[in-house]
Amino acid sequence: MSDQEWPLYEVFIRSKSGLSHRHAGSIHAADDQMALDAARDTYTRRSEGVSIWVVRSSQIVASDPAETAAFFDPAQDKIYRHPTFYDIPDGVENL
Amino acid sequence: MNKESALLAYVTRLGDNALVLGQRMIELVAAYPELEEELANANLALDYIGQARMFYTYAAELEGQGRGEDDFAFLRDENEFRNLLLLEQPNGHFGDSITRLVLFEAFYLAQLEALARCEDARIAEIAARAEKEIRYHLRHNTQWLVRLGDGTDESHRRVQESVNELWRFSGEMFEADEIDTIVEKAYGGPKLEELQKRWLADIDAILINATLEKPQDTGMASGGKAGRHSEHLGYMIAEMQYLQRSHPGAAW
Amino acid sequence: MYTQGLDQKDKPAAAGQGTETPEQLEAFQARIDAEEKIEAKDWMPEAYRRTLIRQISQHAHSEIIGMQPEGNWLTRAPTLKRKAILLAKIQDEAGHGLYLYSAAETLGVSRDQMVADLLNGKAKYSSIFNYPALTWADIGTIGWLVDGAAIMNQIPLCRCSYGPYSRAMIRICKEESFHQRQGFDILVSLCNGTDKQKAMAQDALDRWWWPSLMMFGPSDKDSKHSAQSMAWKIKRFSNDELRQKFIDVTVPQAEFLGLKVPDDKLAFDESTGHYRHGEIDWQEFLDVLAGNGPCNRQRMAKRCKAHDDGAWVREAARAYATKHTAKHAA
Repeated sequence: MSDQEWPLYEVFIRSKSGLSHRHAGSIHAADDQMALDAARDTYTRRSEGVSIWVVRSSQIVASDPAETAAFFDPAQDKIYRHPTFYDIPDGVENL
Repeated sequence: MNKESALLAYVTRLGDNALVLGQRMIELVAAYPELEEELANANLALDYIGQARMFYTYAAELEGQGRGEDDFAFLRDENEFRNLLLLEQPNGHFGDSITRLVLFEAFYLAQLEALARCEDARIAEIAARAEKEIRYHLRHNTQWLVRLGDGTDESHRRVQESVNELWRFSGEMFEADEIDTIVEKAYGGPKLEELQKRWLADIDAILINATLEKPQDTGMASGGKAGRHSEHLGYMIAEMQYLQRSHPGAAW
Repeated sequence: MYTQGLDQKDKPAAAGQGTETPEQLEAFQARIDAEEKIEAKDWMPEAYRRTLIRQISQHAHSEIIGMQPEGNWLTRAPTLKRKAILLAKIQDEAGHGLYLYSAAETLGVSRDQMVADLLNGKAKYSSIFNYPALTWADIGTIGWLVDGAAIMNQIPLCRCSYGPYSRAMIRICKEESFHQRQGFDILVSLCNGTDKQKAMAQDALDRWWWPSLMMFGPSDKDSKHSAQSMAWKIKRFSNDELRQKFIDVTVPQAEFLGLKVPDDKLAFDESTGHYRHGEIDWQEFLDVLAGNGPCNRQRMAKRCKAHDDGAWVREAARAYATKHTAKHAA
């Protein structure tokens, strides 16, 4: 009998209404329903969640660390995107 | 039997069912087929122990003799336990555990739903809490029964045997005795014949989904509700109660 | 919980090095020195990866095997409250094993492979779980000493340079904060109880004290690649430093309980502010690690049996998933 492990799933938990789902960790499960149950039993034992997403780890498309510089450095010199870039003359309010 | 005694006996039975099943489940800790299922079953068993505590605490209040949950769990003899025979049967393989849980929980969920609407406020409150827990259990365990029934030839064969073996203990759940009847009449408790109809329909659907055959009602066994148990319960009780019995009066 | 300096048994870390250039290694060390976290897909030296896989998987195995001595008392816990607490704690251990296996998996090793290494005896787990839990007082003592030693080991690991391990440890430390307290709480009850209960507590301390000290691993002078692990910020304190810290906080707790620590040489040294202690029996430690502790065979047999007994279930779930995915696709 072949004994090959169940696929890996990534688990995302919404801790309360109004907040985004956040990566909590991973679990192994044979199917999607089992993955939801396993995520519930593993990652919400202390009332950590009100909603769970699970997704097969193999389905996640990730950026390549080798391209981190090409991906993210170009944003660094666009400092004019941040409000602190601008000097506001004294006496001007509500801006 | 007056209605107060019937209520006490009924609540004690609910506690006994929860504790005996919970105890069987924790015997399997560190022996489940996969780590994720280890966590799942600890959650299910924790729910049962929690329910036993709530029912016993209420039973102790109804009794009014200054006893508490642990007196009910640890200082009653086995013939004072009134749990269903199904729940005290020894653990077999994983398929046996899942089958037992599905057969019982399909009944217990319906029982709790009815109790959540009964006229005794405390039972209704405990039942409403337990109902949510068991709804999740039944969902989880039903999925497993379907996976095993509709999995491999081996798993199908094994779990069909589990169903065949455990089926004969399922009738006891619906045998109404004086206690059931009084609680139904005096407190608006569940009508067992209605629960049975629903149970049969639910179990039929689950078994079809799991590609399993429903066994015939032959050689049906009962007695647990009246304190007439199988030999198995004595060992469980002896193990469970040993510290309390060997250190009388000690606090832990 | 339960990392231990078991690394003296392994080959030198340098064995994995090959194609790495000095520039790569230097750049990597610079990231570590700048307290940057290393993430799963980042470049890392092969020896760093292997050290982490070994340490994290040993840690995970320890959690899983660690369920057994306490599980031994679940069916006999003396009250329903204690039973529920103990079950919740053992469940946490399963969860922590799971988090740790997941962290190790990010390094490119499968859980199957790690489990296989445990079952065939290639991988180690903490020596402490090869001692028997003989009385209910052992459950209190395991929580107090074993979890206490584990926490001492683990808190620095929350700052470990490898991101997934560090995040797992943060979650674990948070969840584990009740484990040690529940153990101490059991002992408080016993020590305030009958003479028999108190004797039970003393007996448990007598048996668990020295094995707990061994949990910090061999003495610094015998610990082979502590230095490299320190440089990589996988490890932040030496075995002996952590052990001393544990003794310093634990001895007063034993005094509070009215129990005697089984070490005649134990004495507070005013000049250093630390307790001096007697010599640890390292031969016993090595014997247990070599598989000859009181429970090594029993623990492994139980784990192997559970794994084998579960094979048809895991297979059935896979078969069911395959059938039904095929149906959806059709």
